[in-house]
Amino acid sequence: MLTITDLQASVDQKEILKGINLEIKPGEVHAIMGPNGSGKSTLASVLAGREEYEVTGGSVDFEGQDLLEMSPEERAAAGVFLAFQYPVEIPGVTTINFLKTALNEIRKSRGEEPLDAAQFLKLMREKAKLVNIDDALLKRSLNEGFSGGEKKRNEIFQMAMLEPKLAILDETDSGLDIDALRIVAEGVNKLRSPERAVIVVTHYQRLLDYIVPDYVHVLYKGRIVKSGPKELALELEEKGYDWIKAEVAASL
Amino acid sequence: MDLSKNTDLKQQLVADFQANESRLNGETKTPVHQTRREAMQNFEKLGFPTIKHEEWKYSNVNSLVKQAFDFNVKTEFGSEELETLAIPNLEGNILYFINGIYNPALSRIVSPENQLQILSFGQAVKENPSLLDAYFAKYANYQDDAFTALNTAFAHDGVVVNVPAGKVVEQPIILRFITDARAANAASQPRNLIVVGKNAEVKMAEAFRTIGENGSFTNIVTEIVIDENANVQYYKVQNETEKAYHIGTTQVSQKANSHFYAVTVTVNGGFVRNNLNIVLDGQNCEAFMYGLYFPNGKQHIDNHTLVDHAKPNSYSNELYKGVLQDKSTGVFNGKIFVRDGASKTNAYQSCRNVVLSDEASMNTKPQLEIYNDDVKCSHGTTTGKLNDEALFYMRSRGIPKAEAMTLLMYAFCEDVISEIKIEPIRAYLEGVIADKLAQK
Repeated sequence: MLTITDLQASVDQKEILKGINLEIKPGEVHAIMGPNGSGKSTLASVLAGREEYEVTGGSVDFEGQDLLEMSPEERAAAGVFLAFQYPVEIPGVTTINFLKTALNEIRKSRGEEPLDAAQFLKLMREKAKLVNIDDALLKRSLNEGFSGGEKKRNEIFQMAMLEPKLAILDETDSGLDIDALRIVAEGVNKLRSPERAVIVVTHYQRLLDYIVPDYVHVLYKGRIVKSGPKELALELEEKGYDWIKAEVAASL
Repeated sequence: MDLSKNTDLKQQLVADFQANESRLNGETKTPVHQTRREAMQNFEKLGFPTIKHEEWKYSNVNSLVKQAFDFNVKTEFGSEELETLAIPNLEGNILYFINGIYNPALSRIVSPENQLQILSFGQAVKENPSLLDAYFAKYANYQDDAFTALNTAFAHDGVVVNVPAGKVVEQPIILRFITDARAANAASQPRNLIVVGKNAEVKMAEAFRTIGENGSFTNIVTEIVIDENANVQYYKVQNETEKAYHIGTTQVSQKANSHFYAVTVTVNGGFVRNNLNIVLDGQNCEAFMYGLYFPNGKQHIDNHTLVDHAKPNSYSNELYKGVLQDKSTGVFNGKIFVRDGASKTNAYQSCRNVVLSDEASMNTKPQLEIYNDDVKCSHGTTTGKLNDEALFYMRSRGIPKAEAMTLLMYAFCEDVISEIKIEPIRAYLEGVIADKLAQK
């Protein structure tokens, strides 16, 4: 589904990703872990098409398409979804209105009929249950004045509405207490399917207790320096990142 | 400083005034006409302002005053054409002025006369001169302001409204000014006087449209006199052509415990200057001013507001917002004047702008003149671009860039739009604003 080959990217002429290689198949959940500043969020942003990041080398193939050539909205239409680390507050645009526009734009680009108001509301009610999100919240301006947990739940709710093929969760656990974390993780788990792949970007192992990955990759200094099964996350939790750093230093 | 270099239109107006005067049979002796004559003398002295004038630094009327305008353009405009300009579902006292002339056939007054007395200015001169003698030109500054002087000199049509004390007028008063510039450069100078008695309440709107390919020039003055504990909502809606010049002054006087609420929305116009001057001439007054403007192309929109806190314990609050595109220009000049005796004044002002093009520009100037120590005043202006992070967020959810920009621009304006409390006008504006923002 997704093949990342020697991906290099920089921001403000500072090189952040220095050659990422990653292969993701439908139905898989990959966790990307690593110390602060290792490039985790940059990778997520590059995949979603954030313009501040300049791709300086390598390629990303998504279902046979060159992802890097696509605009953010084209990527969304193709089925890529990024759950933001810091969801943006947009005063004056309600979540409902925003999502209806987004969903119908995506449907339009796929040659599908737009949903009318009734169909949309029905779908919305159904998906809202997944993350336990309140109707009243969805009628408010997007993320405005939402708590940290509400914002993250809203991200997963939007994911449920847009039904992406590839979901990238960028530090979705940051700033969440354990109850909020559990709700968000349960929402994600309900959305797991054999057709859908998930990339979970996180600093801590905690989230991976709930969203159990098939593979864990450690990103350090812009490269994936170690990959392994889910147990790798536990090892990282126990031992921290220093042993990885030492391994990398020793191999140079 | 010679401020009277521009002469073409001025000469025409001086000649017009004399010609008008010779046709006034017996009216020349009335106090109203004495005021007109005095105003004309002031205008002759002042001339049209140039950009050397501090108040006109960013708004150059040079191209206006070089043009010739017909102040009596014949128009065939009738009820059929009206339908294309209608604001859907709008009910109330709707008065039409076509090229500045009151059109009773198109207009309708629905409020009972004990609630609301509406006369055209011409009728009021004949039927209620005492009201004019008491209030006309007692508030708007025709001594120093050239355009107000000019309007006062030519004050012949417009509306004179009297809301008697204690009356709550349920139906709004809608003044629709239609300029028909299909045949020639059309000009008009409407003059309105709104007198609201103690404990009375009224909602009103002035809406401006221009049709036709020629130029137009509207020079309007509205005086609103609000007595104690009265409540007035005032809306000004402008949707004119690129060739339309609009210069307007709304002069408000508030007595104690009164409440005034204004929303000015400029959707389109070539050259627009709106002066909103409020004198809080009593304690415990409240004045709210909201504004929105969306210039594109080469449109120029200038809002000047002045709040004069003349007495203690009053409150004023203003919020103006603009979205500027292409090569358009905007001006916001907000003056807050707190007099020596006006302690416990609360005055707040904010102007926020989104400039979408490198060739567009916005000049903002807050001016606070405070002669009392015991006040709370604040002002802030911001001019920026759309939030890139919000734009990316929306695009990453599948909303194309252009659509996302439109949504963000609309969202930026939403808090001011929601202040429009005459529902059909708000709905109409939501539509035309969304259309305009989607055009780009």
